[in-house]
Amino acid sequence: MNKILLGLLLGAVLGAIDGATAWFTPAVRAQLAGIIIGSTAKGIIAGVAIGFFARKVHSLLLGIVFGLAVGFVLAFLVAYLQHGYYLPIILPGSLVGVIVGYATQRYGTNAVTASATR
Amino acid sequence: MKFLTDKALDRLRDLSDAPDLAGTRYVLLERVARGGMGLIYAARDEKLERRVALKVLDVEDRGGELARRLIREAQVLASLEHPGIVPVHDVGTLQDGRVFYTMKFVEGQRLDKHLEGVESRSDRLRLFLRICEAVAFAHARGILHRDLKPANVMVGSFGEVLVLDWGLAKIFAKVAASAAESGSDSTIVRQTSGTGVIGERTETAATTAHGTVMGTPGYMSPEQARGDHAQLDERSDIFSLGALLRFLLARNSLANAASQENLSSHMLDKSLEAICAKATAQRPEHRYGSVTQFASDVSRYLDGLPVSARRETFLDKAVRFYRRNNVAILLIAAYLVMRVILLLVSHR
Repeated sequence: MNKILLGLLLGAVLGAIDGATAWFTPAVRAQLAGIIIGSTAKGIIAGVAIGFFARKVHSLLLGIVFGLAVGFVLAFLVAYLQHGYYLPIILPGSLVGVIVGYATQRYGTNAVTASATR
Repeated sequence: MKFLTDKALDRLRDLSDAPDLAGTRYVLLERVARGGMGLIYAARDEKLERRVALKVLDVEDRGGELARRLIREAQVLASLEHPGIVPVHDVGTLQDGRVFYTMKFVEGQRLDKHLEGVESRSDRLRLFLRICEAVAFAHARGILHRDLKPANVMVGSFGEVLVLDWGLAKIFAKVAASAAESGSDSTIVRQTSGTGVIGERTETAATTAHGTVMGTPGYMSPEQARGDHAQLDERSDIFSLGALLRFLLARNSLANAASQENLSSHMLDKSLEAICAKATAQRPEHRYGSVTQFASDVSRYLDGLPVSARRETFLDKAVRFYRRNNVAILLIAAYLVMRVILLLVSHR
């Protein structure tokens, strides 16, 4: 699968699951839908960014490091805006970035660019 | 009276056997090997200023049959233009009437020697795949090798893999017999009659008779060992390749038993064993249909995919899936564990 598309789908799915785990926290259960949408959007943004990176840089290690960095930064922003829950947001968000970074490098394929022979 | 030592006698014998290259563009350097029906020397091409391997007949040639065979061998080799097959440069006749041909001088090691420095099983299998490429190429041109064995595979100093001694196979199809090599890993020429072996031959014969056996014990297929020429096809070479693969893996298991790569790979070893078993099946119809199919199975094994030689159980599939995706599975597991820990901490 295309690396960007893979990053996007994986980011969206993992982001949604990540957001859905908020259900286990009764204090924020009322805002569950908003959390899931926000987390999914965060996952998509991270996934696309990591997918683009994977297309340009072919390195498993750098892909994982970049995924970790993107996941951390986005999760930190979300936690900062929430004024709390730093650890429960940043830790899973960063790990999701690592998973997407690894998956795009390991399983993603580069889009075939058609080039005419002249 | 002073007697000559054995060493001196051998030296004299070598000198007397050495071909006279006067009138050719080559200068003899040294003897390097003995082939199926000739001697192979290192020589220098004076015109192109390069080292070449020169093969010349070393057995009596009644009626010029062997000369025709050597030329035919050179023609066969010349028709196999492939990076895995030694290219022929020239064919000619010496002043004493003996036919010779020159080919690329391969600087490297025999496969068995080379393997001592190859620790990784994957690297050995990739090396094997390159041997398969050369053999598959020859099969595509209707040529069987029929004497595939470690001694007939050379690995060059830059990692190039070359399959040697093709002449024997082609000649085997047309004409019988050649001089035999000595030693357990050497090609034999043996005449069988009925059920038993009646004797090894070292002299030449004019035609291939049913029951003439050529090949190397341990590497030749059962039908080849029986001298059953009618049954010989590419599956006979597949048997030899299977034996060669076993050789590679056996050496690997001895040399590399404690390596990380070999640990916890029981299921995959079963797959490799199944591949070897299929390739070396007693009946040709139970073997792979082509070298390409055989090589494809080895490639699939290398890629962690299921092989056609073995039907997997659910557990086998699960183990293979884990081995292929272990990092991703561990990352997801780590994520889940972390989630559980965070939940437990938050609910305290």
